[in-house]
Amino acid sequence: MGRITLDKVTKSFGDVNVIPPLDLTINDGEFVVFVGPSGCGKSTLLRLIAGLEDVTSGQIRIDGEDATNLPPAKRKLAMVFQSYALYPHMSVRKNIAFPMKMAGVDEAEQKKRIEAAAKALNLTDYLDRRPGQLSGGQRQRVAIGRAIVREPSAFLFDEPLSNLDAALRVNMRLEISELHNQLETTMIYVTHDQVEAMTMADKIVVLRAGHIEQVGSPLELYRAPRNKFVAGFIGSPKMNFIEGAVAQQHGAETIGIRPEHITASETDGMWSGKVGVAEHLGSDTFLHVHDSGLAETITVRVNGEFSLRHGDTVYLTPEMDKVHKFDAQGLRFE
Amino acid sequence: MARAVTTNRKIINTAVAWGIGLLVFFPILWTILTSFKTEAQAIADPPIFLGFDWTLENYAVVMERSDYGKYLWNSIVIAGGSTILGIIIAVPAAWSMAFVPSKKTKDILLWMLSTKMLPAVGVLYPIYLLFIKMGILDSKIGLVIVLMLINLPIIVWMLYTYFKEIPGEILEAARMDGASLKEEVIYILTPMAIPGIASTLLLNVILAWNEAFWTLNLTAAKAAPLTAFIASYSSPEGLFYAKLSAASTMAIAPILILGWFSQKQLVSGLTFGAVK
Repeated sequence: MGRITLDKVTKSFGDVNVIPPLDLTINDGEFVVFVGPSGCGKSTLLRLIAGLEDVTSGQIRIDGEDATNLPPAKRKLAMVFQSYALYPHMSVRKNIAFPMKMAGVDEAEQKKRIEAAAKALNLTDYLDRRPGQLSGGQRQRVAIGRAIVREPSAFLFDEPLSNLDAALRVNMRLEISELHNQLETTMIYVTHDQVEAMTMADKIVVLRAGHIEQVGSPLELYRAPRNKFVAGFIGSPKMNFIEGAVAQQHGAETIGIRPEHITASETDGMWSGKVGVAEHLGSDTFLHVHDSGLAETITVRVNGEFSLRHGDTVYLTPEMDKVHKFDAQGLRFE
Repeated sequence: MARAVTTNRKIINTAVAWGIGLLVFFPILWTILTSFKTEAQAIADPPIFLGFDWTLENYAVVMERSDYGKYLWNSIVIAGGSTILGIIIAVPAAWSMAFVPSKKTKDILLWMLSTKMLPAVGVLYPIYLLFIKMGILDSKIGLVIVLMLINLPIIVWMLYTYFKEIPGEILEAARMDGASLKEEVIYILTPMAIPGIASTLLLNVILAWNEAFWTLNLTAAKAAPLTAFIASYSSPEGLFYAKLSAASTMAIAPILILGWFSQKQLVSGLTFGAVK
């Protein structure tokens, strides 16, 4: 089980209110990602759930029981830290065994679980090494192994991949997703990387300044962002925002069009502009178009074969049914 | 070319380092050499560096005249006792300052350090009177307490610096893993802090061993450590440089040997906080 409910939870550090009253329910077995720019309170929220910070007011319930004042050790949650937080003076085996030792699991069972975790995480050959002798990815696996053997009711991940290089990050992302499919345990994952959020989450919670901006599945957030902030945060490259006359034609204060919803042409189109930087990814090319009279830069995703160079004129046509309309408050409307 | 410059610089650096090292060590070397000379050779002008008749006579006289063993034992008890007592008091203090700091923690640390800026002689009189009233003048326990207090700020500072370097997330991980405060301290913090505690211990044994002001002023015969042993060979008996040197050599030998064997720990202790 692993159903976590936050009920009007607030957190202040001195006079600074980091989390205003916040309600959130995380269902058993869900993979929930807290995402937002740095300083949005996502890590604080995770630490409140973990019990590493005390809530200022409100209630946290885990599986229906009030856990607001329980120490971290009693919440049956396991956490994976950004810095891995392995015990440097212990071997990998002892690191993984530590939570079981604390819980008084008998030696035979400990051994069984360590071996199972090591096998699942490709750590069997490294069990007698110290954390200092491992690579970043291996360290992160040890941290995950240490979390798994506790058989927690939920896993908490605090930006676990941000210290890894790009290739490894993609690998670990898959591994964590697979782990979730296998264990079917609740996972709460904090990241500032919207790609991680989109690819891993069942449910994304977008946070800004401690407020929940929107909660929903990745595609819900992508297709129907509640406001400009969510629209700009989810999706890569970022959504283009256009104000002024063009927006007014749509009866909106601002309209938003994703780079992948604009067609580019060398000959004709609704708008025109000059190609600034063209970023070639191989499969796709991102064109940064200037002088369109719409916004300073319009980003367009085109096919990798599309050949226009710096300074060339390009014609752009948006897919009308994919245009998002926002009112003066930045809220989206149909 | 670049390589040549680096090599030249290396040679210069090495030469300078050796020069400074020898300069610092020279008085000790001179003391040791003098301890093997006769009294006449010890005050010869011009001084004789190596070409003298080596003799152990001074050591024999010193051993005969004073009870070296008693002084040595007093030094061990006072230096060891004050350090251990200091560590016992400083560990929880440094712990709380490093891991549960309050707004005043920095102020308290600075205030503690400021006590080291006070000239010791400024508090000699009150402490002397206190010692008389409490009946601990010329007692080992009295010196243990005083030296512990004298060095406590340094012990707390050193331990605080070491503890600060232990990442908070590791302690939080232990908490998440189900460790109680006691288990966190026993299984995680202490093993991680052992190198720091060892360096602190070592440095303070040396500081306490060499401390002369309080040991000379607060002892007479019973609790006198090796510093008093050296002092007993200075002025009152006239200028017996060779014997004074022999006594000094005997007094510093134990700590010199200890320091030699624990150089690595000591260097890390002396540069605490400076090197990550």
